[in-house]
Amino acid sequence: MVDDLAFLFDKYNVVAAFWVTVQLAVLSAIGSLIWGTALAAMRVSPVPIMRGFAAVYINAVRNTPLTVILVGSSLGLWQTLGVTLAGERATEVNFRLAILGLVAYTSCFVCESLRSGINTVHVGQAEAARALGLNFGQVLGRIVLPQAFRSVIGPLASVLIALTKNTTIAAAISVAEAAALMKTMVENEAHLLFLVTVIFAFGFVFLTLPTGLILGWVSKKVAVKR
Amino acid sequence: MTVETSTAAMIKASEVNKFFGDLHVLKDINFEVPRGQVVVVLGPSGSGKSTLCRAINRLEPVNSGVIHVDGKELPKEGKALAALRADVGMVFQSFNLFAHKTIVDNVMLAPLKVRKQKKPEARESAMQLLERVGIADQSEKYPAQLSGGQQQRAAIARALAMRPKVMMFDEPTSALDPEMVQEVLDVMTNLAKEGMTMFVVTHEMGFARRAAHRVMFMADGEIVEDTTPDDFFTNPKSDRAKDFLSKILTH
Ligand SMILES: Nc1ncnc2c1ncn2[C@@H]1O[C@H](COP(=O)(O)OP(=O)(O)OP(=O)(O)O)[C@@H](O)[C@H]1O
Ligand SMILES: [Mg+2]
Repeated sequence: MVDDLAFLFDKYNVVAAFWVTVQLAVLSAIGSLIWGTALAAMRVSPVPIMRGFAAVYINAVRNTPLTVILVGSSLGLWQTLGVTLAGERATEVNFRLAILGLVAYTSCFVCESLRSGINTVHVGQAEAARALGLNFGQVLGRIVLPQAFRSVIGPLASVLIALTKNTTIAAAISVAEAAALMKTMVENEAHLLFLVTVIFAFGFVFLTLPTGLILGWVSKKVAVKR
Repeated sequence: MTVETSTAAMIKASEVNKFFGDLHVLKDINFEVPRGQVVVVLGPSGSGKSTLCRAINRLEPVNSGVIHVDGKELPKEGKALAALRADVGMVFQSFNLFAHKTIVDNVMLAPLKVRKQKKPEARESAMQLLERVGIADQSEKYPAQLSGGQQQRAAIARALAMRPKVMMFDEPTSALDPEMVQEVLDVMTNLAKEGMTMFVVTHEMGFARRAAHRVMFMADGEIVEDTTPDDFFTNPKSDRAKDFLSKILTH
């Protein structure tokens, strides 16, 4: 068993593959939080066009399978339209497109979580802010969203954990992340199937478990007392 | 309408009507509140007092009629409306302190973000205001850690921090335990003595008698009586006012 493990780690660069997974997950998480917050702001904005855009975007993207989004951005954006996101080599282009697709998709769920958080903020909070002369952006950015975020850290943790697991779909556009390597290993080392599976399952739990624990702790820490 | 009256009045409502669906909540409301006057608005539940109060800074838009504040017609939206609201202090029944900010940050927020004051300056005047309402020692706590009376005094300080031209109060003591009512009324009475223009929806008769110059009695969306506190309490004219007074005075 230990020998097999040593053999696998020797022959395959498991750590490097997981490092790509981590990069995909972290960069996509940052992007999704930003774009998801922007979408939530649009959904509650007084401008009908923005509300409409956000609603259509979310309903369209959220209901499209992630595989379709990722393959679509590789084949459609890159191969057909020539969008490379300033990447030069194919691996670079696909890595960046994978992040783009993951952000586009995950931000829908960030937005919907945040929106339910916004609903937990008492209307009096926004009214008091408006009555003091704060403008829409200030009311949202200073009063409503900070309280909304605090109340949805739990659900956001689930979204980020799902994102981490969803990075495996980037293998579909040949990004060399963990799942891509697992596929290769399963094909080449069929006799060690069980061990390979355990390695990768453990790897993902190792990545996602702290996310849940840390955010659970943060959530308790910053909870708004009412 | 002459220029003199509109510049003299701090609040002026002309032919104001407001509907919630089919419900006619404000019916042809007309009044002027001169600078420095303290008006107490009384009336049974559902008579439109809160709606009127909220219409004055357009938290509730009206369907027709015009409201002027300090001679300027209420802007419909945008920057001009925000600027007007900055000049109209508002105190709510449920305090509405920002739950995620400390008391001093609650008071400093709008001076920093709307008036663009410098932080040390804003902090100093915030602390002075908290001193004035008697809760300077609570400045670093969060709203949920304060008693209701303390929260409401903090909310008054927050409104005063904008140096408003007029202060609106919508039942500021109705959500308080009885023993905390007086501390809030004391702050309001002092404010009245200092010459602040005040528009106060309240059922506190003691405050009305002591601090108010004028009582407006509302029923069914109309201003039914508009007179001095003394006259209103000793000599109500309408049946609705008599009925209302008999109900609250027996409490
Ligand atoms: N947002 C709203 N939508 C629909 N109807 C409303 C709304 N706000 C108030 N109303 C109705 O308008 C009427 C006047 O309400 P308002 O709150 O102004 O009364 P009030 O005099 O302040 O009463 P109270 O003493 O209970 O506070 C009531 O019949 C109320 O039910
Ligand atoms: Mg009311």
